[in-house]
Amino acid sequence: MKKVFVIILLAVFGFFITKTFIDIPFGENRIDEVTSNETVAGYYLNNTPVKTKVSNVVTAIVVNYRGLDTLGEVTVLFLASTGLASILYRRKREEEEEDAERLSLPSSRIMRTGARVLFPAIVLLGIYVFIHGHLTPGGGFQGGTIVATGFLLMLISYKGFNTDHNRMVWIESLAGLSFVGIGIWGLLSGNTFLENIPEVGVLNTLISGGLIPIIYIVVGFKVAVELTGILDILLKIKPNK
Amino acid sequence: MIFVILLIVMALLLIAAAIYAITHRDLLFAVMGTGIVSVILSLFFFLLQAPDVALTEAAIGIALTTIIFIITIRNTSRDEDEIIDKEDKKI
Repeated sequence: MKKVFVIILLAVFGFFITKTFIDIPFGENRIDEVTSNETVAGYYLNNTPVKTKVSNVVTAIVVNYRGLDTLGEVTVLFLASTGLASILYRRKREEEEEDAERLSLPSSRIMRTGARVLFPAIVLLGIYVFIHGHLTPGGGFQGGTIVATGFLLMLISYKGFNTDHNRMVWIESLAGLSFVGIGIWGLLSGNTFLENIPEVGVLNTLISGGLIPIIYIVVGFKVAVELTGILDILLKIKPNK
Repeated sequence: MIFVILLIVMALLLIAAAIYAITHRDLLFAVMGTGIVSVILSLFFFLLQAPDVALTEAAIGIALTTIIFIITIRNTSRDEDEIIDKEDKKI
């Protein structure tokens, strides 16, 4: 009886998945759909450079047209980081002992010198990526991850390198609050959540697109701080040997 | 034509790296396999004109995921058989 039920369920799922895939026109020439204003893709591609003055259409969709989804993504990352911290974060005294233990195993001189040279360059690249999110590929998530990679290099090569936990919590909270605040600003002015209110400026310049670069800078800070926190917590666990 | 051949070669390499990652008993090598999968996937996204996704895959797939797996391996055990043995002893 159970097996029959499973087979029927699988058949129903299979039918609807196949139906959906048959309806998707893979490999067809869809240039008419993209150039017309009738479809969603065509609307975005034609109107983004004109209305929001953002040359990277993906950024405009992620931050402006679908900004609420991005808020959800940031929340998911925040919850993951908080969950990891609540499971793995230890009391202060144990942590100091572990720090002393970490100090006893220094990394090689080549590693330390290389990390010192590369760290500013990597952080600068990350900041560049999230500041220019509306002009070039990339944005807050990518740039924040690159910044976190730079901090990871310092964490694994300098055993005494410590991140200020309180300051990180403050940056993260301020970034999250300002994202929501920018969204509510749109509601207060009588428009929708995350409405692009300020002047949009000139296409292809750094200060353009209204709220879009500001939101991506905020997201970049938040992602960088959260991922650095995750890596810091993971590196502080005592090896189980 | 050359582009299509390049894509096919890359796809075969991707599948080979994925199989390597699944079948290898040493977990550190398996993690390196997933890293190679991410590298080729990132190149795929770039060649198929999705630079945003390519950048995400490069930053998260190649760097962060690999590093987090390596830290986990450092804190647990490197060999897959070893983990299975330990679990058997517990039972």
